[in-house]
Amino acid sequence: MPAIKSLEDLKRVREEALEKRKVKTTEGAIQVTVAMGTCGIAAGARDTMKAILDHIESNNVSGVIVTQTGCIGKCDYEPIVSVSVGAEPKVVYGRINPERARKIMQEHVVDGKVLTDWIVPA
Amino acid sequence: MREIALHLLDIAENSVTANAKNITLTVCEDLQGDQLSASVIDDGKGMSAEMAASVVDPFVTSRTTRKVGLGIPLFKTAAEACNGKLVINSEIGKGTRLDVEFQHSHIDRMPLGDLSSTMLTLFVAYPQIRWLFEYSAIPADGKMEEKFVFDTQPVMAELGDMPLTEPAVLSFIREYIEDGVTRVRDASNGSSTIQYQ
Repeated sequence: MPAIKSLEDLKRVREEALEKRKVKTTEGAIQVTVAMGTCGIAAGARDTMKAILDHIESNNVSGVIVTQTGCIGKCDYEPIVSVSVGAEPKVVYGRINPERARKIMQEHVVDGKVLTDWIVPA
Repeated sequence: MREIALHLLDIAENSVTANAKNITLTVCEDLQGDQLSASVIDDGKGMSAEMAASVVDPFVTSRTTRKVGLGIPLFKTAAEACNGKLVINSEIGKGTRLDVEFQHSHIDRMPLGDLSSTMLTLFVAYPQIRWLFEYSAIPADGKMEEKFVFDTQPVMAELGDMPLTEPAVLSFIREYIEDGVTRVRDASNGSSTIQYQ
């Protein structure tokens, strides 16, 4: 049974995270976006989002911003996840279930290798 | 959609799209009154009375990518199938409030679902919005109401420019939300679960 958390705990967590970030080199900012319109949510986008956050936590992936967007008009490809690394062009992946999301997190976000299988045609 | 929590995520997305700065999401499992109610209250741009009355029609939407909007009609239909209702009140420039009710024990009521994932997803994706999450349970046996309230403002004030997606921060927030939701859920389950011998 975990103890009740307080803002004091958060202060400590923040300071520790700050220390870790200093050690990291400044790479290009990485942004992962999950489409969460009604269509995305109905197709399982929240579970995809959860898998992305789980991967960040369990693999201690620092420096990634995760955000959301609404319906982008390609509902048949939902859940849609896009990844942009620094100045590189944004890559849009379609039909991303939690398993695929974890693969994208590991291979594209962490290892920097774009996956070709699930890219949504423009 | 299979969960009330997913519908609430969807409705909250509408509030974000309406440029809300403050969004309150409440869920109450009232086992004494046999009711599950939820609300999403925002201070976004609001709608005219005509628009508020017509968004329950699938062929009315403010989106531009497509001509249908299914989020609200689906939720309303689900509520009405369970002796419940869905009501929208909105005022231009003030904001929108959506209230939904289900008969808690209704056989067709979809499960509340993973409310902590819905809260975490909304907070992480839109940290610039001040979220107020409230989840409460009134047990059937007349015990005290159990309540979890999470205001994101003090957390953001403490974090400053530290992103929520830093692993240690993310763990903290996720566990905080999960602990709170589980505590309330246990209070509501304790008295409603059928005990098999």
